[in-house]
Amino acid sequence: MKAKVYVTLKPGVLDPQGKAIHHSVELLGFENIRDLRQGKYFEIAFDAELPEADARQAAENIAGNVLANPVIEDYRVEIVS
Amino acid sequence: MKFGVIVFPGSNCDHDAYHVLSKHVGQPVDFVWHKQTDLSGYDALVVPGGFSYGDYLRAGALARFSPVMNAVKDFAASGKFVFGVCNGFQILCEAGLLPGALMRNKNLHFVCKHVNIRVENGSTPYTSELETGEVLSIPIAHAEGNYVCDDATYAELESNNQIIFRYCDANGAITEAANPNGARSNIAGICNAAGNVLGMMPHPERACEELLGSNDGRDIFRSLTKAIAEK
Repeated sequence: MKAKVYVTLKPGVLDPQGKAIHHSVELLGFENIRDLRQGKYFEIAFDAELPEADARQAAENIAGNVLANPVIEDYRVEIVS
Repeated sequence: MKFGVIVFPGSNCDHDAYHVLSKHVGQPVDFVWHKQTDLSGYDALVVPGGFSYGDYLRAGALARFSPVMNAVKDFAASGKFVFGVCNGFQILCEAGLLPGALMRNKNLHFVCKHVNIRVENGSTPYTSELETGEVLSIPIAHAEGNYVCDDATYAELESNNQIIFRYCDANGAITEAANPNGARSNIAGICNAAGNVLGMMPHPERACEELLGSNDGRDIFRSLTKAIAEK
């Protein structure tokens, strides 16, 4: 049982690192890119016997309390078995 | 009167704070290791600058879970003084003791230089020895000092006079050019609603001796000492 957690900056929060990456990507020759934002990705491996609902709840808890700062970031949890 | 300087793995301004408190403020001070949970002997705590936990995840994010932090929350709730500088400010925001968050500097650079900050509220426990509008020269040294908060939080900070310092030019004008990191409304330091918890990005403990280019930071520590004595 694995949880994938995606942490992204809230819309409207300035992302200077994303902007710098965007600029580099353009220098590489890629055009037509409207925006590029940086986020974080986490994988949490739970014990195999943990029920999916419990794993989801735990992952949501971890994401909301540790992985993301709710002042500036949103998160999304996916469970894969 | 006794000060405690909290030491996390990766703190690196703890000795500067200790030096200033013992030598210039002239008060007893202890280092408080982050695993300590009894803070009953202290009147004020400094959460110092540095790179606690290597700034992993987000600056200050992991220090929040150190055993000492629950005690720090109780300490602050009891009305005692908690003073966060630089990484200490980031930790206090992450811990929810101060509103908002500190993000990567707008220009992405680690900025290390003397800046001017204007005292926005000279009647707090940390600024009583200063005048509102006074300009201080204090160094900054950070890559994540870009203060952000939502509009509701900002309005609350403004109306409660919780914005204590703003980046300014040498004449005290709040300008875009004087903002070193993109912080909202040039915010360099804020306090909580009760006024006993202060966080600021500039390092007053590095500005207490003429030899170091400025002693403007001393009055902040003097104010705090006076506030403790009067309590």
